[in-house]
Amino acid sequence: MMEVCGSSSVTLREFGCEQSLLSRPDGSASFSQGDTSVLAAAYGPAEVKVSKEIYDRATLEVLIQPKVGLPSVRERSQEQCVRETCEASLLLSLHPRSSLTLILQLIHNDGSILSCFLNAACMALMDAGLPMSCLFCGVTCAINADGQIITDPTAVQEKESRAVMTFAIDSTKRRVMMSSTKGSFSVHELQQCIAFYRDSVSRRYSKTL
Amino acid sequence: MKDTPLSNCERDFLLKAIEEKKRLDGRQTYDYRKMKITFGTDYGCCFVDLGKTRVMAQVSCELVAPKESRPNEGIMFFNIELSPMASPAFEQGRQSELSVKLNRQLERCLRNSKCIDTESLCVVSGEKVWQIRVDVHLLNHDGNLMDAASIAAITALCHFRRPDVGIQGDEVTVYSPEERDPIPLSIYHMPISVSFSFFQQGTYLLVDPCEREERVMDGLLMIAMNKHREICSIQSSGGIMLLKEQVMRCSKIASVKVSEITELLNKALVNDKKARKEGGRCGFAESLPQERITALKMEETSVEMTDATERAKDIVQKADARPQKVPSPVVPVPGVGQVGQGLQNTWGLEEDEDDEEEAEECDSGEEQEEAVTKMEEERHEKEASGEGDVVEISDSEEEDVVILHPAMPDKALKNTATSSRQKGAAASKKRQKK
Repeated sequence: MMEVCGSSSVTLREFGCEQSLLSRPDGSASFSQGDTSVLAAAYGPAEVKVSKEIYDRATLEVLIQPKVGLPSVRERSQEQCVRETCEASLLLSLHPRSSLTLILQLIHNDGSILSCFLNAACMALMDAGLPMSCLFCGVTCAINADGQIITDPTAVQEKESRAVMTFAIDSTKRRVMMSSTKGSFSVHELQQCIAFYRDSVSRRYSKTL
Repeated sequence: MKDTPLSNCERDFLLKAIEEKKRLDGRQTYDYRKMKITFGTDYGCCFVDLGKTRVMAQVSCELVAPKESRPNEGIMFFNIELSPMASPAFEQGRQSELSVKLNRQLERCLRNSKCIDTESLCVVSGEKVWQIRVDVHLLNHDGNLMDAASIAAITALCHFRRPDVGIQGDEVTVYSPEERDPIPLSIYHMPISVSFSFFQQGTYLLVDPCEREERVMDGLLMIAMNKHREICSIQSSGGIMLLKEQVMRCSKIASVKVSEITELLNKALVNDKKARKEGGRCGFAESLPQERITALKMEETSVEMTDATERAKDIVQKADARPQKVPSPVVPVPGVGQVGQGLQNTWGLEEDEDDEEEAEECDSGEEQEEAVTKMEEERHEKEASGEGDVVEISDSEEEDVVILHPAMPDKALKNTATSSRQKGAAASKKRQKK
C-alpha cells in the first residue's frame, strides 16, 4: 500500500495505512503521509447520552488529541472540518438515537495534517463497518511565493507558502465535500488546485481500494 | 459511552480458571505478555505494546521560570491522558478515579524517586530552567496500564534530547538541532513498575493482569523498582490484606522482571541509536509492517494436550446418553409441525407422549400460545390424551389445569412457518371470545 508518485505535476509523499491495529475500538486505522502520522479509532453505534441524542439520526462526535498538552481551539476547528465531512458521507439515519465516536490521535505532524486526519478517519470508519454512502479522501496543497502549487506539503513547505488549502473529495463523483483554506489566493488558483486534487485523489483511491 | 459489563458466567469462569492456575491466554502466573518498544520520528517519542495494551509517550521541553522554593532545579511535569480511544468507558476531559490514580502513581514513581537530575536542567539560576513535560497517551486498554505507562515514560525520557544552550553573560541562546547536536537528559536510574493482581482475598496472585483479569481482581499491588533492586514506590490498592511474606515474594519477582524489562529497553534504545546514525528514516511509519497480513489475524496459541484422549473418553462416558434425534421436519398431527433437533413436541397434542421437554422449534402459532398459558403453572408430567382431559400436576396447589382445545386443522394450516405471537394471540383471543 505504499506508493511513490513520480509525476511532476502531482507529487504525493509515500503514504501508507494499516487497519485493525487496536483491539478495543470497533474500527481503527493508522495513516501516514511521509512523516505525518495519525492514528484513528471509531466506536459505534453505541449508547448516546440523552442530552446529545437526535431522534432520527446517529450523533457523530469527533475528538482530535494533540501530542502535547490539552486540545485547544485549533483542534476544535479541525474536529469540525472532519465531522462535517463524515456526516456528509455516513448514513446516519440508519442508526437513530445512537452515538458514533471518532477519535484521532496525532502521532507526528510534518505538514498536511488535516488531510491526514481525513484519510485516517475514512479508513477507521470503513474498518468499523459503518454504513457510508461514499468514501472520502483529503489532500492538502500549498501555494508558495512564486505561485507554484505544491501538493502534500511538508511542514517546512507549509510555513514558507502564502496559502494552504485542504479539500475533502468524495469517491463516487469526485466532488468537493469540505474545504478549509488559510492564506490569500485568487479564484483562478483555487480552481487550479481543485483540478490538481482530482488527479491526486484518483491516485489515492487507486491505491487504497 | 458505557463499557459492556462483565457477565457473571465470565467472572465465575475466570475465577475458577485462576484457581486451577490457568490464565485466559495460556500464560504462567509470573509471565509478562509480549512487549514491544518502538520509537517515533522525533526524539522523545516512544510506543510501548504490552500484549494488546498500547501506549504512546512524548517528551517535550520548554524554558520557563523556576519555582520559587527551588531556583536551581528544573521542573518535571507528568500527564497520563486516558484517551477515549483506549476504552469506551474513558471520557474526554473527565477526571475519573482511574486517571487520578495513574497520574499519581506515575508521579511518585518518577518524580519522587529522583531518577532525573533536575539540577542539570538549570540554565540561569532563579530565572530560566528547563521544564520537561512527559505526556503519556493510552491508545488501547487491555489491562495493566500502569506498567505500560511507566515503561513508556522512562523510555521516552531516555530517548529524549534537549536543545543545547549557550550562555554569554546575560544572553541565553538556544541552539536548534541543526546548529548543535541536542543533549540527552541525565538519568540516574530507571524505575519500572510491576503490577500484581490478587484474587480470592489474596490467595492467588497474577503478574501483568489483562483487562478481563483486572475486572475480577480483588486488589492490586504495584511495585516500582530499578535494576539495582531499589524499590522506588510501592502501592497496594483494593483493600486486600497482604502478609509480609507475600509482599517480600512479590518484590523478589519484581526485581527479576524489572531486570528483564530494563534489558529489553536498553536494547531498543541501542537499536534506535544505530538506525539513526546510519541515517535511515525512523518513525512510526517505518515500524508499520509492510507486505504482511496484520489485520484479523490471530497468533497460534498452544493448547494443552496432555492426557487429552483419556480425559475425553472419561467425559464421554460420564455424559448422559444422547437425546434421541428426531428427523425433521416432523408432522405429528395435521397442522402441527416441528423443525430442528430435539425431543418430540408434546404440548397440545391429542396423542399422548411421555416426555415434556420443550421442543426446539414449533411451526404452529397456537402451540406457542398454549405454551405461554402452560408456563404459568408447573409443568411436569404426562400429557393428557384426548380433549378436555385434566392434567394432574403433583405438587401444585393451583386449580385444575384445563387444556385449551387445539384449533381446527384448517385454521392451523394458515399459521405457517413464521409463527408470529400476534397470530397466536389473535387466535387465542378468538377462542376465548367463544
